[in-house]
Amino acid sequence: MKQGGALRRFLRKVLFIDLIEGLWVTFRYQQPKYIYTEQYPAERPKIAERYRGAPRLNTNPETGETLCIACNLCALACPENLIVVDSERDEKTRRKVLTTFTYDTSRCMFCGLCEDACPVDALELTQDFELASYSREGAIWDRQMLEEGPRPTKYAY
Amino acid sequence: MPDSTFLDATELVLNMGPQHPSTHGVLRVILKLDGEKVIGTECVIGYLHRGIEKIAENRTYAQFAPYVDRMDYVAAVSNGLGYCLAVEKLLGVEVPPRAQAVRVILTELNRIASHLIWLGTHALDVGAITPLFYCMREREEILNIFEKYCGARLTTHAFRIGGLQYETYDTFEQDVRAFCDMFLPKVDEYEELLTGNRIWIGRLRNVGILTAEECKAYGVTGPLLRAAGVKWDLRKAQPYSGYEQYDFEIPTGTIGDSYDRYLVRIQEMRQSVRIIRQALDGLPGGPIMGKVPKVIKPPVGEVYVSIEAPKGELGYYIVSDGSTQPYRVRVRPPSFVNLQALDKMCRGALVADVVVVIGTIDIVLGEVDR
Repeated sequence: MKQGGALRRFLRKVLFIDLIEGLWVTFRYQQPKYIYTEQYPAERPKIAERYRGAPRLNTNPETGETLCIACNLCALACPENLIVVDSERDEKTRRKVLTTFTYDTSRCMFCGLCEDACPVDALELTQDFELASYSREGAIWDRQMLEEGPRPTKYAY
Repeated sequence: MPDSTFLDATELVLNMGPQHPSTHGVLRVILKLDGEKVIGTECVIGYLHRGIEKIAENRTYAQFAPYVDRMDYVAAVSNGLGYCLAVEKLLGVEVPPRAQAVRVILTELNRIASHLIWLGTHALDVGAITPLFYCMREREEILNIFEKYCGARLTTHAFRIGGLQYETYDTFEQDVRAFCDMFLPKVDEYEELLTGNRIWIGRLRNVGILTAEECKAYGVTGPLLRAAGVKWDLRKAQPYSGYEQYDFEIPTGTIGDSYDRYLVRIQEMRQSVRIIRQALDGLPGGPIMGKVPKVIKPPVGEVYVSIEAPKGELGYYIVSDGSTQPYRVRVRPPSFVNLQALDKMCRGALVADVVVVIGTIDIVLGEVDR
């Protein structure tokens, strides 16, 4: 019995059974469902629907006109006072018309108070998260940038 | 011959931090050492001071809510809950039952996340690397639930004054239930790794003892106080946000050393899962926002509301002068008060024990410095 045990231990050693068992554990985790690495620029991460990312000023999809009524509520709601809304009164229709809309993303903490305040759902925090720019001025977004959204570099693979 | 020569003068003053990895941020501890023995310590704080209490005086009540998340950023949801409860008490607003239940679920999830961060980093300080990865893995699931619920993972800004801004998303209940089912066996896994581990016991047993009397004298609250054997939990002592409906136990320790605190926090994670399950079972329907005026203008007065944050008693003292902005906001942060006891716990211990003691207090420097 004792000799058989020794033989078995010897065979295990010669045939690298322990090594193979250990490697099998490693090999088992090669299954794609256990791989958590995201190949980021090639593979887009899953962003939650309610994610508070880059701001966007929505336009009417049919006419291309802005939905913003220049009510200034977002600028009043902002804790950091980083939204500047300028408007002038149209003499014919007696309505306020948006002239400039500036949003300083460098100071923004994406709390979502501005989009909560918007009565017409014009200002919205979107799922875009790539906000890097080469200059500080690039972080201050004007109306055109807010309507078109950020355009991060697309890499070909 | 003189009694002592210069060779006997072994006292050494040593700076630990603010860049030391086991000071959990930017805490600087000046240690006075006799060889390897700590004779005295002095904490230098303020490296992360952002003047959050002063910022509050220039913001409206609703505008200040995102800032409180930046104090204890590991448990941002608890901070938001404490602030919202304080302003609601000042306004006399009733929060609908559904909002209360969802608040309880999210704060308890955040308590688990905070304890997981504590367990992972504390074990890492002591030398066990594996628990950190395990804890981060489970915390990720909680953060995913937060991201799906309110759109942010860390500084959530999940609650608004008077209730909630966001209704729960479609699969919220399934997600939280799935997390609870997945999480309880994982706690057993952590215990398998650490509870009976000889190195873990050797490093933590009888290190940083703080008795019940000393805890009370220093104003220490939270798991440190419970580990000393005092059954004090604000969720039971003065229930808020509907905690009186839920059945849970207050885990306590016996001698109040680091190992007891570890056991208390592990048990608290299990109790949190128990509370979350009860809250999910009895999740009422109805509105999620109370009757709050558009412009929040509380009457003249002052209010102090404290909640049981993961690290201890988190209190908000708000003075209102009747305008839209608070006159003064004072925060009673649990980490700051608990850190006072560091010197008491470290004296007579070894340098390596200082690392354990800092880890066992569970400080977040964003909250200490504000």
